[in-house]
Amino acid sequence: MSEQLKVPTMAELHAQGIVPEVLFWVGCAGSFDDRAKKITKALVKILHKANVKFAVLGAEESCTGDPAKRAGNEFLFQMQAITNIEVLNGYAVNKIVTACPHCFNTLKNEYPSLGGSYEVVHHTQFLKSLLEEKRLTIEGGKFKGKRITFHDPCYLGRANNIYEAPRDLISKLDGELVEMKNCRKKGLCCGAGGAQMFKDAEAGDKEINIERTEQAIEVKPEIIAAGCPFCNTMMTDGVKNKAEGQIEVMDVAELIANAQDL
Amino acid sequence: MTLLPNIIFGLILLSGIGFFVKNINKLRRNIKLGKSINIEEGSSKQRWANMARIALGQSKMVRRPISGILHIIVYVGFIVLNIEVLEIVIDGLFGTHRIFSSIGSLYGVLIGIFEVFALLVFVAVVVFWLRRNVLRIKRFMSSEMKGWPKLDGNLILYFELVLMALFIIMNATDTQFQSMNSGNIVSGVVAPWFEGLPIHAIERAAWWLHIVGILIFLNYLYYSKHLHILLAFPNTYYGRLAPNGQMDNLDSVTNEVKLMMDPDADPYALADEPADEPGKFGASDVFDLNRIQLLNAYTCTECGRCTSECPANQTGKKLSPRKIMMDTRDRLQEVGQIIDVNKGTFKADGKQLLGDYISNEELWACTSCNACVEACPISINPLSIILDMRRYLVMEQSAAPIELNTMMTNIENNGAPWPYNQMDRLNWNNE
Ligand code: SF4
Ligand code: SF4
Repeated sequence: MSEQLKVPTMAELHAQGIVPEVLFWVGCAGSFDDRAKKITKALVKILHKANVKFAVLGAEESCTGDPAKRAGNEFLFQMQAITNIEVLNGYAVNKIVTACPHCFNTLKNEYPSLGGSYEVVHHTQFLKSLLEEKRLTIEGGKFKGKRITFHDPCYLGRANNIYEAPRDLISKLDGELVEMKNCRKKGLCCGAGGAQMFKDAEAGDKEINIERTEQAIEVKPEIIAAGCPFCNTMMTDGVKNKAEGQIEVMDVAELIANAQDL
Repeated sequence: MTLLPNIIFGLILLSGIGFFVKNINKLRRNIKLGKSINIEEGSSKQRWANMARIALGQSKMVRRPISGILHIIVYVGFIVLNIEVLEIVIDGLFGTHRIFSSIGSLYGVLIGIFEVFALLVFVAVVVFWLRRNVLRIKRFMSSEMKGWPKLDGNLILYFELVLMALFIIMNATDTQFQSMNSGNIVSGVVAPWFEGLPIHAIERAAWWLHIVGILIFLNYLYYSKHLHILLAFPNTYYGRLAPNGQMDNLDSVTNEVKLMMDPDADPYALADEPADEPGKFGASDVFDLNRIQLLNAYTCTECGRCTSECPANQTGKKLSPRKIMMDTRDRLQEVGQIIDVNKGTFKADGKQLLGDYISNEELWACTSCNACVEACPISINPLSIILDMRRYLVMEQSAAPIELNTMMTNIENNGAPWPYNQMDRLNWNNE
């Protein structure tokens, strides 16, 4: 993939006196992780398709501080938060969309008391509202009739009680949405949260992502849909281990973009 | 008529309640060892509603239907049968016999309901016992459940069995009550078993044992996980209303960070200020936790619903959120005992919650997934204690696992947990 998408930055728009409808917070995974970059691009394509005036911070974006905070480093978290809030407030940002539930949770819940209050939505919520406003249509395309199971990201589901937006989007693909035995409030973690992504697991008898992948395999999906770049990585690794080549792990945004060959 | 039984009864009642109040005061004192905490989120209306729904209404119990329904039977039975205890207390103090029977036929209906509940509770408790001891349900078999916790769980069940049995025997051997033949639904069936025995003496014995048993049980609570029957109410009231994912921002850190990042801050002026005790970041012992966390620890009923949903525990890691709560309570009790021995002051005993009870390995295994918080039927939050202890490890001891230190250094230097340059954040669009 080498086509260049039009991705305006806040700085550029600001210079032209344009205020975008929404800021797309790309996040560290979305910026640097090879797998997650594809999710970022898929979302950008959908935003263009729906004619959403958006912008990114680009080099002015910095880690929200989520992994530092969950690791216990409140200093580093707050330094990151205050730096980011300065940038966001400098552009008078109102609304933020992000494809990472960790960024979402942090921006939405932990920034306000440090001086950063914004309307923050997860991309599945945002896409759902575009759908409702008839700015976006979703077709099943190649996913028609496919068995899809949705893995609830902890930081979207239990952490913020968002269970339906991603499912509503998936159901529009005319696939068959199948639920794992642990879903929604009882969804099993992929193993990446709380800064675990960045370290080896403690001694045990199994990796958490393998356990979760096995739960997914039980319902025989063709696709495991995810809504978090970290879950995506963990589930992709799990599938490599357990069902290489038989199951695809895709973000909800990728499903929508790919269905219409964006 | 001699007043002796009334006086003895009064004394027993008084000492039973007195001892209980003494322990409750101890409990309050111990909880107050924690930091006071402002509960800003939500209205008190929301909190009362939560208490009504979660504690009174047992709304989260039925997520596991079998144990949930059994629990509701025991719980409703417990509340209903307390009306009977009131009668016993009045009878005992004033030398009356079944004082409420004067309300007429309604009395039979009431006692009938009590007897049915007593039977239901008896059966439910037997099933509970079987689940713990014969079926050996996995969540009751974890390593933290060995020894006292296991015995405690069973003792409670034996208490309840005996109390229910005494209630039925008391009714069955009460010839006057049996002759009314109203409300003796269960005891009427049992009554013939006692024919030919010194029935009056048995009735009196059952009556006395019943009330003494209740008072002993009341005083047993303080030493037992059974405290939840009282503390579930305040605990659900104080349960968090903010989204689960929101972790508190430490104000002490905010102040320091703001000073650090403020270009106008004058470090010399700062040094002159009376060094406001910076306090310690995070928690290494119960004193560093807040009062709600300590209340949580006393409220935990060791049901293990949290642990059975914990991804780390499910995959064989040492972490068990239930153990975090049990350890916190054990340590708090230990501290309380030291204070008792030293007449009101705590003398350091060279131990603390971190290390002596909870290991680093447990703390670092948590994914902060909130499954435990979601699973707890009485709004306990083991994750908040885990996070506070991680904060201590990282900010006071720099004792994070090496890979996490690398991650944090990366964030500090390049604004991302990986070693990529912040200037390259938009490069994905050129690839
Ligand atoms: S938040 Fe931590 S302790 Fe609680 S269930 Fe998840 S991994 Fe286990
Ligand atoms: S914390 Fe809650 S779920 Fe866990 S054992 Fe205690 S009462 Fe049960």
